[in-house]
Amino acid sequence: MTLARTATESDVRDTGLDESELHARLTRTWRTGSRLLERLASVDHKVVGRRYIITAFVFLCLGGLSAVALRMQLARPEARLLGPDLYNQLFTMHGTTMMFLFAVPVMEAFGVYLVPLMVGTRNIAFPRLNAFSYWVYLFGGIFLWASFMLKIGPDAGWFAYVPLSGPDFSPGKRVDVWAQMITFTEVSALAVAVEIIVTVFKQRAPGMTLDRIPLFVWAMLVTSFLIIFAMPAVMVASTMLILDRLVGTHFFNPAEGGDALLWQHLFWFFGHPEVYIIFIPATGMVSSIIAAFARRPVFGHLPLILSLIAVGFLSFGLWVHHMFVTGLPQLGASFFTASSMLIAVPNGVQIFCWLATLWDGRPVFRTPLLFVLGFFFIFVIGGLSGVMVASVPIDTQVHDTYFVVAHFHYVLIGGAVFPLIGGVYFWFPKITGRMMNERLGRWNFWLAFIGFNVAFFPMHILGLQGMPRRIYTYLPEMGWGQLNLLATAGALILFVSFVLLLVNVVASASRGAPAGDNPWDAGTLEWATTSPPAPYNFLRIPFVTHREPLWDNRDSLPVVTGLSVDTREHLSGTVTESFPQLRESSPEPSIWPLLAALCVAAAFLGSIFTPWAVVWGSIPVAVTLTGWFWPKDTPEDEK
Amino acid sequence: MRLRLDLMALIPILWLLSACAGEQSALDPRGPHAEHLARLFWIFLAVCSFVWIAVMVVLLIGTLRRTLPRPNPLSLDPAQERRSTLVVGGAVAATVLTMIALTAISYLSQRHVFAREKAAVTIKVTGLQWWWDVRYEADSPDQTVTTANEIHVPVGEPVTVKLAATDVIHSFWVPSLFGKQDLIPGQDNEIQFTASRPGVYRGQCAEFCGFQHAHMGLLVIALPPAEFQAWLKSQTAPASPPPDALQARGSEIFAAKACIMCHTIRGTSAGSRVGPDLTHFASRKTIASATLEMSRGNIAAWVVDPQGIKPGTNMPNVSIAPDELDPLVSYLAGLR
Repeated sequence: MTLARTATESDVRDTGLDESELHARLTRTWRTGSRLLERLASVDHKVVGRRYIITAFVFLCLGGLSAVALRMQLARPEARLLGPDLYNQLFTMHGTTMMFLFAVPVMEAFGVYLVPLMVGTRNIAFPRLNAFSYWVYLFGGIFLWASFMLKIGPDAGWFAYVPLSGPDFSPGKRVDVWAQMITFTEVSALAVAVEIIVTVFKQRAPGMTLDRIPLFVWAMLVTSFLIIFAMPAVMVASTMLILDRLVGTHFFNPAEGGDALLWQHLFWFFGHPEVYIIFIPATGMVSSIIAAFARRPVFGHLPLILSLIAVGFLSFGLWVHHMFVTGLPQLGASFFTASSMLIAVPNGVQIFCWLATLWDGRPVFRTPLLFVLGFFFIFVIGGLSGVMVASVPIDTQVHDTYFVVAHFHYVLIGGAVFPLIGGVYFWFPKITGRMMNERLGRWNFWLAFIGFNVAFFPMHILGLQGMPRRIYTYLPEMGWGQLNLLATAGALILFVSFVLLLVNVVASASRGAPAGDNPWDAGTLEWATTSPPAPYNFLRIPFVTHREPLWDNRDSLPVVTGLSVDTREHLSGTVTESFPQLRESSPEPSIWPLLAALCVAAAFLGSIFTPWAVVWGSIPVAVTLTGWFWPKDTPEDEK
Repeated sequence: MRLRLDLMALIPILWLLSACAGEQSALDPRGPHAEHLARLFWIFLAVCSFVWIAVMVVLLIGTLRRTLPRPNPLSLDPAQERRSTLVVGGAVAATVLTMIALTAISYLSQRHVFAREKAAVTIKVTGLQWWWDVRYEADSPDQTVTTANEIHVPVGEPVTVKLAATDVIHSFWVPSLFGKQDLIPGQDNEIQFTASRPGVYRGQCAEFCGFQHAHMGLLVIALPPAEFQAWLKSQTAPASPPPDALQARGSEIFAAKACIMCHTIRGTSAGSRVGPDLTHFASRKTIASATLEMSRGNIAAWVVDPQGIKPGTNMPNVSIAPDELDPLVSYLAGLR
């Protein structure tokens, strides 16, 4: 297919050029320069995505180290390693870092990197917003950890329940730091969500109708909608908290007509979809890995998509199961038992479809698949213990105990981190052009698998034995010492497994075996380009004929031509059929997103101290946004 | 490899079955409500274990069984796809039915455990950072009993506990009697439980409430009804006057130091409500919210250095001269 074109001297298209000429010209148009300023101005989704991924893993490391410190303190009763002050800060930092600075961003990061490749376009939609979102995220994370280093780390839990987090019981700046960190991550998450939705809806390669969109991309799409609908709730909540703390409002103060439970409703209305914001992308990774290593398309493509969407909707109807012991009306609470049980059905559909795929396939046992098999083992336990805590009566016993700690680590580590690590092994060759070491990978998997289960399985028992969460120590006569010691040993093994992952990544990045374009012989479009992908992603935009285009076209993919090679252009198409509609210009690199992010960060930071920071801080933000959106005389504008 | 793994997974489960007794265990129920909850837990655990084992068996067979190599990943066998559709459809239907059944069981059980009877005793428990204020309601104010961190209840009779909080959110949880319920400022919650046997049952705050959340324990002491009534009667009395000079000196020190700013000892001039009521302090089994056993040594340790034992607690370190300690501790230990 060739798009209508009007070739002129200044408007060279990719139609008639040979491959080396095309490569040279496209590289010149799309590359990120090597000077520092050019790097900082980069809007390439792969550059930003890689930064996002690395930053998220740095935060995983910090969150993991704080978890190790917590486990060391709990290894024996009445330990004096950490006092209550430091312990409370550390568990708050652990939860906050893992949820807001690792789990959500790392999934978005993979989306930023992979979605444009998987849908066959040259860059993500709104690439400058993408760069901006990364900087805001980075500054938010640095802000949180710098505060912790300055001994003003938040200490009211990642859930920051009022009144404990309110002005009366958390004086100082600690909780303000937490609440503003939320604002940073909200802004960056919302930005990425918008980019991914637009990329998926408008920039898919021609021929990629809705039912040919890869499952990972579907997962990112559903996740992005969850972000857009869930984040505003916590945005409202954290803003109200800041107002209560900074300007003396009484949203959450029962003595003045406020309501302490209002916080919990708002927080969990965001907080439960948050779990699925983390889990749904991981299901996309599982689908990708299973298809590649079972050597067949995933069974039940349509049911899987419908399950994702169903999970997305249902995730907004579960939040009260975090509040079963707050004394809400019994009938209302039991409605949420029913909805929490109901979500097991679409999740069950996914598990069954993957099992059917593996059953009919001929699995190749490489490291990514091992992590997916570990995912089944662990996540199904977590899902089933979730069925237990969904029951109001059972929850009255296990709520806020180590049983729940075990449950959600089985869900989040089993359900999201295991597929994610599998995904790292799976896509590392694409991102770096080199394979990861298989032998180290197996060690990594088995240590993670054993370490995880040794660390977290005993916590189920501890919870039933009456050990509450968030206690910095316990009395020797409680009899929890041995299982806690065991859990700490497991946590250390798990930690070693992550060190192995780091070693493997670092060593393989420079010394790994060359990967080639498609080392796993997978079927989706990201494997159609070189490893690592060229700055322009695809020499010519592929034309998609099948859900697994590379399996359908073994020799070469059909392509569409007609895009300009001297200016940044991508195709924009219809939402359902992806029928190409127009050539759209894609923004050039710009330093303004970084400057805007700096000004936004300064405004957020200042607003911890005075509400006027919002007013005065908006002026530099407005200046940088003006620079950002200043009209350029691009060829498109002249037409 | 995977088979060995599954056998290994059985070990912790067997261990779970054997490791349920404990100080404050949900699976060591001592009352009808907790028994009901424990039974419900075992039912759910049985169903869930069955499902998990079934999934693991299918996964194990599915990944290890020999299938023909498939040179073209897209060449699927239509018959196998139909079989998969049937099996997956059946599994989904089974999931739906299981979930409906579990929801129904859970709902009926919820109605049962939260059903109310006429209470023999009504107790108001207020959670504070980091102790429990306990009041027994009575028809006349002089019969009202105030104590702290220990709840005495009559065996075999339903007890209603009204839950309130004045600072932050706490959660009342005595696992061997009943599940937990939050104490929320500005909201009145209530639970009802029965202890079926005499004994001492430990509980602990279950909602993160700040520095000393870890040391906010309480005891429920179930007594035969006659003994309970005798205890209640003894608690309504004011503190008896110091019997000897040493204790009298102690009471003077108590009144002269910061102690009197926060504590009540009925029958003396100490009447502040900030800290626990100490009228019958020495009749309790523990000090500092079930953190230390009641003994002269522990009383001394606590009054000299509360911040060392519970860092961040609202009780300040009060300077007590060496010659003041013995009379003060003797006085407190005499408050029976």
